[in-house]
Amino acid sequence: MEKKITLAHGSGGQAYRELVQEVFLPAFSNDILQPLTDSAVCNAGEKIAMTTDSYVIKPLFFPGGDIGRLCVSGTVNDLAVSGACPKYISVGMIIEAGFDMETLVRIVESIAMTAKEAGVCVVTGDTKVVEGGGVDGIYINTAGVGVFSDARPPLAQRIAVGDRIIISGYMASHGMAIMAARENMGFTPPIKSDVTPLAALADRVLQSGCVVNAMRDPTRGGVAAALCEWVTGDTDIVIYEDLLPVRPDVSAACEILGMDPLYIANEGIMLLSVPERFAHNVLAALHSENAGKNAVVIGEVKKGCGNVYAVTKYGTSRKIMMPRGVLLPRIC
Amino acid sequence: MQMRYRIEDIKKRINELAGGMEQITVMEVCGTHTANIHKYGIQELLPDNIRLVSGPGCPVCVTDHKDIAAALSLVDQENVVFACFGDMMRVPCGDRSLYSLYESGKDVRVVTSAMDALQIARDNPDRQTVYFGIGFETTAPQTAALIEAADECGIRNLSVLSAHKTMPQAIRQLLGNGSGIDALMCPGHVATIIGAEAFDFVADELKLPAAVAGFEAYDIMAALLCILNMLKNGELKCVNMYPRAVTRHGNKEALSLLYKVFEPCDAVWRGLGEIGGSGLGIKSQYKYFDAMHRFDIRPADIKEAAGCICASILCGKSMPTDCVNFGRGCTPDRPLGPCMVSAEGSCAAYYKL
Amino acid sequence: MCLAVPGTITQILDGYAQVDYGGVSKQASTRLFKDAKVGDRVLVHAGFIIQILDKDYGYELEKLIGETMGFTNADEV
Repeated sequence: MEKKITLAHGSGGQAYRELVQEVFLPAFSNDILQPLTDSAVCNAGEKIAMTTDSYVIKPLFFPGGDIGRLCVSGTVNDLAVSGACPKYISVGMIIEAGFDMETLVRIVESIAMTAKEAGVCVVTGDTKVVEGGGVDGIYINTAGVGVFSDARPPLAQRIAVGDRIIISGYMASHGMAIMAARENMGFTPPIKSDVTPLAALADRVLQSGCVVNAMRDPTRGGVAAALCEWVTGDTDIVIYEDLLPVRPDVSAACEILGMDPLYIANEGIMLLSVPERFAHNVLAALHSENAGKNAVVIGEVKKGCGNVYAVTKYGTSRKIMMPRGVLLPRIC
Repeated sequence: MQMRYRIEDIKKRINELAGGMEQITVMEVCGTHTANIHKYGIQELLPDNIRLVSGPGCPVCVTDHKDIAAALSLVDQENVVFACFGDMMRVPCGDRSLYSLYESGKDVRVVTSAMDALQIARDNPDRQTVYFGIGFETTAPQTAALIEAADECGIRNLSVLSAHKTMPQAIRQLLGNGSGIDALMCPGHVATIIGAEAFDFVADELKLPAAVAGFEAYDIMAALLCILNMLKNGELKCVNMYPRAVTRHGNKEALSLLYKVFEPCDAVWRGLGEIGGSGLGIKSQYKYFDAMHRFDIRPADIKEAAGCICASILCGKSMPTDCVNFGRGCTPDRPLGPCMVSAEGSCAAYYKL
Repeated sequence: MCLAVPGTITQILDGYAQVDYGGVSKQASTRLFKDAKVGDRVLVHAGFIIQILDKDYGYELEKLIGETMGFTNADEV
């Protein structure tokens, strides 16, 4: 196999076929992908959830994960929080000519491992190669399909007055890990991303018999953006600052950089809005999985007019706004 | 240690002291105080007759157009790597900002410490690294340290664009007669460097009670309690209410380094105009490191947006809601003036309410 | 301005100290505070140590607050 990706690898000819046979097929091996037909033919029942995301992250490898783990987890999690059972994903790559083949293999292996962990198959894909300087190494798009059933219908995705807001784990780990890695901030030990597929965790909750009104994965914009998107014209969401779970190293890093954990990206947690009478059992379901062991209630939905508030430990409150622009560290 | 008085006790005592008093207006002159007062909801803990007002303590807000224009013109130059704190990235100057230039592909890098600029210069020996020095006495000594280090190491491809300012002269100008301010909450970390004694003049000359304050909710409430007590009893002092980090004389080492590299000069504060002796210019023996000296910078003539009353808001004379642009042409997404740009600018903080 | 964070020095290097912030540590310059020692609890602003934190500050602050609380000396004892 060649040591570097070349333009030929993206041209659909011999080099491309070798890449598929030697790198992609062995990693993703499954019956749907094997025939290498133009389209994957899959069983999916009557109602499906479908999502797509593109991954342009830098650096490609970071403490806690890499672009391969991220591109599977992100798409799986979008499906999982819809209530569907994630089943199939596609992997489309745009690679810079000159990209190191060994690095590509590492990324592909990470995709395969994460897909297995998430219980999904990579059923189709595409590879294009662009001239050097066209992309920053590699960009990946994944699309995913998840299935519903009578026993597992789509969630209402509407919060209701009286709901408890539950978070499944620690906040802000991914965003801080990426920023620290990209800017060589020199934290010791390095801050680790939380990137994790949550299919199994969502499954536990949805199999528990509890009613869940809404679920989200709070990625870019953090928990703040997710809550601001959830709130409706006749509700307010109130969260309690002393209940918000943040890892000590992430909390310290946020303080040093003057950033608010509520606004920082996550890739391994979800938010749930659950009627009060089911909150206890939903928490128990989350706690039964490793990915949910730090789940906790952080707030509630009240009657209101579309505001999100955080109550401080002094009993005062501040409004949480939709984040604007890119979050930057500050010294002032 | 477990403090004997809880924040509830302090809140109760403030309410007792304020009872029966006329409207009290306390100004703070530190962007981090503005930010933390909002973060902890301090105004909610206070009785209605105590009003907290933000003065020009946010270095982002008071950096003059000309300095930003100079920064932008440096970024425009071929071969320059421009390093600055994140706080400055989105300050608008005309229809551009450091961030807009970064988006268009120019090499603008956010740093979290002045010494990062030294490393950038080392890593890019064929290019000129320029560091944007903004901030008051807490941060200026760090720029001095950067210049001293560059000089010691023989780093020739680094220079500094200094927009540093010092607080006391601005406070004198703002809180002279008829300011309408009853007391000053003094910036705790500036005091860490220049010492609590540097704020004695607020009581001695300006005849206003003052307290040097820390930044946790407890510290801010303790400082307000001290101020209320002085106002009630007619006492005129500057009290150090942040003894864990502030000594009488400050950090002499930092001050000595600051004035080894910098000297006072006149400076223009956005919204306040020129304040004599309130700026920090690079001394002649270090002029090599002065970006204004090294580069040919053509200052552009940029005007404030029509209707912008940042000047008046920075002095605590107007509220954000008094401005015709507030929430209309001027929002956190598209800020027209400095008070909306900075996360701790009065208008940005107010917008969240 | 002046976002500054307390931390404890765990190591002194050349011109820098390793500062532990509880869960994570990072280097800070000692150029503005050359007397920094291992074990010192310090205040760090933008990557520079700017002051050592007084271990006994609590008592001093408590005394200052106590003076305004309207208690007599007898009550404080």
